[in-house]
Amino acid sequence: MIRWTLPFLLLPIAAQADGSESIVAGLSQSNVSITANFDGSEILVYGAVKREAPIPEGAPIQVIVTVQGPDTKLVVRRKDYRFGIWLNNAEVNIDSAPSFYAVATSAPVAKALTDTEDLRNKITPARAIRAVGITADAEGAEQFVDALLRIRREEGRYSVRENTVELTDQTLFRADMALPSALTEGDYLVNIYLTRNGQVIDKMQREIYVRKEGLERFFYQLAQDQPLLYGIMSLVLAAFSGWGASVLFSRWRW
Amino acid sequence: MNAFVLLGIGGIVGFLSGMFGVGGGFLITPLLFFIGIPPTVAVATGANQVVASSISGVLAQFKRKAVDLRMGTVLLIGGMIGSGIGIWVFTLLTAAGQVDLFVQLSYVIFLGLIGLMMLQESIRSLLRARGTGGPVRRAHVHTWVHKLPFKMKFRASGLYISVLPPMLVGAFVGFLAAVMGVGGGFIMVPAMIYLLGMPTKVVIGTSLFQIIFVTAFTTVMHAVSSHSVDMLLALLLILGGVVGAQIGARVGVRMKAEQLRILLALLVLVVCLRVAGDLLLTPNDFYSITAGKLP
Repeated sequence: MIRWTLPFLLLPIAAQADGSESIVAGLSQSNVSITANFDGSEILVYGAVKREAPIPEGAPIQVIVTVQGPDTKLVVRRKDYRFGIWLNNAEVNIDSAPSFYAVATSAPVAKALTDTEDLRNKITPARAIRAVGITADAEGAEQFVDALLRIRREEGRYSVRENTVELTDQTLFRADMALPSALTEGDYLVNIYLTRNGQVIDKMQREIYVRKEGLERFFYQLAQDQPLLYGIMSLVLAAFSGWGASVLFSRWRW
Repeated sequence: MNAFVLLGIGGIVGFLSGMFGVGGGFLITPLLFFIGIPPTVAVATGANQVVASSISGVLAQFKRKAVDLRMGTVLLIGGMIGSGIGIWVFTLLTAAGQVDLFVQLSYVIFLGLIGLMMLQESIRSLLRARGTGGPVRRAHVHTWVHKLPFKMKFRASGLYISVLPPMLVGAFVGFLAAVMGVGGGFIMVPAMIYLLGMPTKVVIGTSLFQIIFVTAFTTVMHAVSSHSVDMLLALLLILGGVVGAQIGARVGVRMKAEQLRILLALLVLVVCLRVAGDLLLTPNDFYSITAGKLP
């Protein structure tokens, strides 16, 4: 009897060596509908740290939450002064960059994460982009990537918000992740990382499905799948309003 | 994008186009650039808007029997060819990342030329109106245009000329429609009067007739080749535009023709300078991001 149960009793201890702490988490919603009057959404990521043993000594636990939008191919171009005007003169093709990327942490990034772990898990925006292959067809491709990061940060597409994950008693956590109104349709990945001493000890992935709905969806699909019909519909609409206006206003004298 | 901003832009452009009797494509497309709509979408959607504003204009011209259908058809055939070439060039330049530059340069060159010519002409006629009568233009001046082959009779215009010049004029205007999102009336009307020698009474109606079909063709081509037509954007602009145009037309009637033309010339030059500013002044950001082509 003892001989049989002993290996099972040892199992939790073995698991503890990899990390005695794991994530239990949920999202307030897993679907976002982009409708005509969509003006952004807020996703609540909440959860707790599950432990089989007391809280370990040393540095406190930290939580990092990332939301990543669908990847797209991009071209970053630089304007130079040529022939007396400013024109696009150099370009770098980026194989894939997320259309949206938000990071929230419970402590400053430098404290919550070591560079090696960042590189391995591709957590901060800079890593998430540099991680992909860059077609080196321009000198100083680094500058183009920096420009991409900067522009997207200014547009609110990429953000790192430190100390925005609320962590209570090293156990309960919650983060409000704001999604802007200009969202790309697709599957968004929510990654939750648990770190201690800058090392990732557990991670978990959830998905959010962002879809256009209603009229928006109808027109978007039509434009993509039936461009000829879409073009003709645009014309009919234009013709009808042009004709309608002249009829309406010729009756209405003033 | 705010719906009211778009309605407002449509309204202002409609007001101006109603007042001056122009299509408004050359105003709406640059205005869309200024509020941050990508040039490809602005051009394609601008072409769609021109369809609407030209239709309400041509109906009135048809009632007055001021449309030379035969001439319109010849211009139209040329226009289709020109538009096709324009769409092809546009797609090519989009891939090369130079489409913005090309569209902006086209605007600076054409608006600059037309604006200056109009200003000069209208100031001269204003001065002439104050002084004594100037030289009278003769109705039928025979030039090299009348010596070309493939002659055809255009009864409504009272012309017997080769189809080549109207085809070329049509093709050129069609090309501009595709790359600039304009109807091209500002080029076609002077070309019809001075180059083809058409009587003024059929010029407006015939050019509107051609513009409707060429811009319609261009809209569909843009929708198919680059998915760059935005129906909702166009609808908002059109709704604002048709209302503005009717108000503008009523205001325009109360103003003197010379004053109107000077104002229009100045407006064209202001738009030209604003577009030129983007090319000449140091940009706020040297870098720009565009979507890459899917493999």
